[in-house]
Amino acid sequence: MTAELRDERVRSVSRLSRLLSRPELGAAAGTVLVFVFFAITAGNTGLFSAKGIINFLEVSAQLGILAAPVALLMIAGEFDLSVGSMIGFAGILIAIPSVFWGWPIWLSLLFCFAVCGGIGALNGLAVVRTGLPSFIVTLGSLFMLRGLTLGLTRGISGRTQVSGVHELALNDPLNSLFSGQVFSGPIAWLSDIGLIGKRADGLPSISGIPVSIVWWVVLTLGCTWLLTRSRFGNWIFAAGGEANAARNLGVPVARTKITLFVMTAMAAALFAAIQVLVTGSADTLRGTQKEFEAIIAVVIGGTLLTGGYGSAIGAMFGALIFGVVQMGIFYTGIDTDWFKLFMGAMMVIAVLFNSYVRNRAMRSR
Amino acid sequence: MAEPYVELRSVSKYFGSVVALKDVSFDVCPGEVHCLLGDNGAGKSTLIKTLSGVYTPDEGEIRVQGKPARFASPADTRNSGIATVYQDLALVPLMSVARNFFLGREPMRKFGPIRQFDTEFANRTAYDELAAMGIQLRDPEQPVGTLSGGERQCLAIARAVYFGAKVLILDEPTSALGVHQASVVLKLIVQSKARGIGVIFISHNVHHAYVVGDRFTLLKRGKSTGTYAKSEIDRDQLLNLMAGGKELVDLEQELTKAVRSSLA
Repeated sequence: MTAELRDERVRSVSRLSRLLSRPELGAAAGTVLVFVFFAITAGNTGLFSAKGIINFLEVSAQLGILAAPVALLMIAGEFDLSVGSMIGFAGILIAIPSVFWGWPIWLSLLFCFAVCGGIGALNGLAVVRTGLPSFIVTLGSLFMLRGLTLGLTRGISGRTQVSGVHELALNDPLNSLFSGQVFSGPIAWLSDIGLIGKRADGLPSISGIPVSIVWWVVLTLGCTWLLTRSRFGNWIFAAGGEANAARNLGVPVARTKITLFVMTAMAAALFAAIQVLVTGSADTLRGTQKEFEAIIAVVIGGTLLTGGYGSAIGAMFGALIFGVVQMGIFYTGIDTDWFKLFMGAMMVIAVLFNSYVRNRAMRSR
Repeated sequence: MAEPYVELRSVSKYFGSVVALKDVSFDVCPGEVHCLLGDNGAGKSTLIKTLSGVYTPDEGEIRVQGKPARFASPADTRNSGIATVYQDLALVPLMSVARNFFLGREPMRKFGPIRQFDTEFANRTAYDELAAMGIQLRDPEQPVGTLSGGERQCLAIARAVYFGAKVLILDEPTSALGVHQASVVLKLIVQSKARGIGVIFISHNVHHAYVVGDRFTLLKRGKSTGTYAKSEIDRDQLLNLMAGGKELVDLEQELTKAVRSSLA
C-alpha cells in the first residue's frame, strides 16, 4: 500500500516511549535507585566488594528461583500461596528418607521433586475444577502443607529439625547440581589480574559463583523464553488476560494453569534442595513467608495482580532489589528490623508506578 | 442462485417448555450477505448457536454443502469452515494485535531442535491481512486494547477469514459502534462477500442491514416471518416488519391522545 493511503494518525513511536511501556521498566529503574542509594550510604563497607556482591546475589538468587515461575503463574491470573510451605515440606522430603530410611540423596531428591510436582498438579486441578479463586485454594495448601510437614517430621524424628545431610551428600552424583560453586577458574584469573581482591593468605576473596546464582539466571532466561517466544507463553498471557476468549479460540486454559502450578511447586522443591544441601539440614519452618516475598518480587517486577501482563525479567529485578536491600541494610548498620517496612513500601510504590506504566501502554499509541 | 454453503431445514429448538425456535429454515450461499433480523428474544441467539454448533437442533436438520451435517462442538463447526464472531470478539485486550490474530494457532519457526513463536511472520501477516481489509495498523505489536471498537471487530473478522472461513456469522457487529466505525465494519462485510464468503449478518438495525444485505430473514417469537430478497422489499417495508409497524402507529396514537388530554 502506498504511503499516501496510510492512516494519517501513523507516527513513528520513539524507542524511548516503547521502552517506557515495558513491564520491567519500573523494576529496572528501582534497581538503579537502590544501587545508587547503597553506593552512597554503604559504598565503603564492603557491600560492593566481590564477597559482598556474592552475598546479596545469593539472597536474590534464592528468591529469584521462586519468583520466575511465580511470575508466569501470576501472568496467567493465578496465585500460589503454598510455595513457602512447599519449601519446608520439600526439605523434609529430602532429609527424612536420606537420614532415617537410608535412601541415597539422589533418590530422595527425585522423590521430593516428584511429590512436589504432584502436589502442584493437585493445586492446579483444584483451582480449575472448582473455579474457586486460587488465593483461597492455595491458602488452604499453605496451612495443610505446613501442618503435614510438622506432623510428619515430629512423628518420624521426634524433632522439628533433621540434620546430618552433609555427610550423606558428600559423594552423591546430584550434590554438585544444588550446592557448591562454579567458575572457580575464571574467578581465580580475575583475582590474578587484580579485579577481585585477595585475602590475607593470598587466595581470592571468593572461590567461585554459588550454583544457586546459575540456577536463578538459567530459570529466569528459560521463563522469559517461554513467555515471549513459545506457544505456551502466548497461552499464559491469554489465560490471564481473557480466559474466555482464549478458551473460545481453542487455547487449553486449564492445562496451561495446571502446568504453571506444577512449575511453581517444582521451583519450591529446587529452592529446598539447594537450601538442604548447602546447610546440610532441613527444618519444618523453612520457607515461611517466602510466598509473599516471591509475590513482592514479581509485583515490583511489573506483573499485574490481575494477570495478563508482566515479565520474568522484571521478577529477576524484583529479587535483585530484595537481596540488595536486605544485605545493604545489614552492611550500613541500620537495624534490620526496618527491612520489612522498606520492602512493603517498595511494593506499594511499585504497584502505583506499574499501573501508570500499564495505562500508558494501553493508551492509543 | 448458487447452492447454499450451509442450510438449516425446518429447525426447532426447545428449552424445557420454552419454544426457542419453531420450524425455521435459513441458508446462506457463497458470496452473499444474508441478514437475520429480529427483536430481542426473537430467537436470533438460539439460531446462531445452532448454526455454530453450540446447540443441536431438536427437530430439522443442518446441511453443509448439501450434505447433512452434525456438529459435535463449536470447534467441529469451525473446521467445516463456519466461523462465528461473537460480540465479545474473543480478543485479549492486553495482548498485541499480532498475538491475538494467531492466538490458539501460533505460527512456529524451527531453530534446530527448538520451535519458537514466529513473531516476524505473525506481525507481517496480521499487518497485511488487516491492510487488505482497509485497516491500517499503526503497529502490529500494539495492544488490542488500544484499537477502536470498529478496528477490533475488523480484527476478529479478518482473523476468521484468514483461517479459512467460508461462512462468517457476525453477531450484532455494528450495534456498539458509532456511525463512522459501523461504516468501516459494513465495508468489511462487503469485502468478505466479494471474496466469495457467505456472511450471516445478525442485527436489529435495519439501516445497517439494508445497506449490505442481499436477503433478509425476520425472526419473531421463534418463528421465521419469511425471507425476502432485496428486490422484493424496500427499507420502509422492512422497518415496518421489523419494528412491528402497527405497534409503532398504535404507540403514536396513544401518545398523541395523552398529550391532548393533558392539554385539555
